[in-house]
Amino acid sequence: MTLNKSLLIPLFVFIMLVVLLGYGFSLKDPNLLPSQLIDQPFPEFNLADLHEDGRTRNNRDVNGKIALVNVWATWCPNCLVEHPELTRIARDEGIPIIGVNYNDDSEKARAWLVRHGDPYVFHLVDNQGRLAIDLGVYGAPETFVVDTEGVIRFRHVGAVTKSVWQRTLAPVISVLRDSPG
Amino acid sequence: MTRFTFLVALFLSVSSSLAAIDAYQFPNEELQARHHDLIDQLRCPQCLNTNLAGSDAMIAKDLRREVHRLLLEGKSDDEILTFMHERYGDFILYSPRVTGATMLLWFGPLLFLAIAVVILVLIVRHRRQQIVEDVDTQQLEEILTAHSEDSD
Repeated sequence: MTLNKSLLIPLFVFIMLVVLLGYGFSLKDPNLLPSQLIDQPFPEFNLADLHEDGRTRNNRDVNGKIALVNVWATWCPNCLVEHPELTRIARDEGIPIIGVNYNDDSEKARAWLVRHGDPYVFHLVDNQGRLAIDLGVYGAPETFVVDTEGVIRFRHVGAVTKSVWQRTLAPVISVLRDSPG
Repeated sequence: MTRFTFLVALFLSVSSSLAAIDAYQFPNEELQARHHDLIDQLRCPQCLNTNLAGSDAMIAKDLRREVHRLLLEGKSDDEILTFMHERYGDFILYSPRVTGATMLLWFGPLLFLAIAVVILVLIVRHRRQQIVEDVDTQQLEEILTAHSEDSD
């Protein structure tokens, strides 16, 4: 019995398609953009402090310690979701968290922090979204891990939950802690 | 007729509300045209397939303002596209830059065309050979039968 070879072509095409689509499905959420900023220095900024009237903060306030920079806003429901975990991280893990209050009303932001507690070391007022654009932020919340040199080492898009902490942030931070410089 | 007037009114109201999204001041029309072009070419990072011009997302609004600011600073189109690319990556450009990762995207179609041409050439050659063979056997038979009729 001889097999017509041209009959195998559709099968071959089908297998190729399955492989291609399988690869497509294995990719992460298409909404997640790869970050351009990994291993880049934290962007230059000069922004007002949310709580201290008239005080501006710049990059020197970020450098020196491994820290989380968390972009949040009162209009963002997931920011409320991650708030307890951020509070726990600040308290139990000893990681300073810097807040970037993104496109928000400062009055509302301060009230929100009074209501839900304020685990952050300080907050930057980014009501024009300028720092957010420099960070490549396209929504909130987003969280960046910054090392002692002020270099961005990791970015998480979306709420920081317990499992996000355990599976991604904690390992990244422990690697950074073990390798000084 | 009333329905027609209603539709016209509807269209007019839509276009006027679209035009009212941003009201940026430009010193000249050339800058305005470039702004229009740029926000048309850039993709909204929050949306899967809308450009900055067509999106109502907050980030799109911020980026339109940023494009406006950069234009007023005297940046060239290319500098603005690079600025966006540095922050948001290939995603933000509707025509991504040629790099190792986007090579397949740019030259893949050419590759497929080349493969198609090779296959086409192979098929044509194969067919031609077959036709020649068919004709040969046919002619041969004709000659043979003619010859056998003659000898009868």
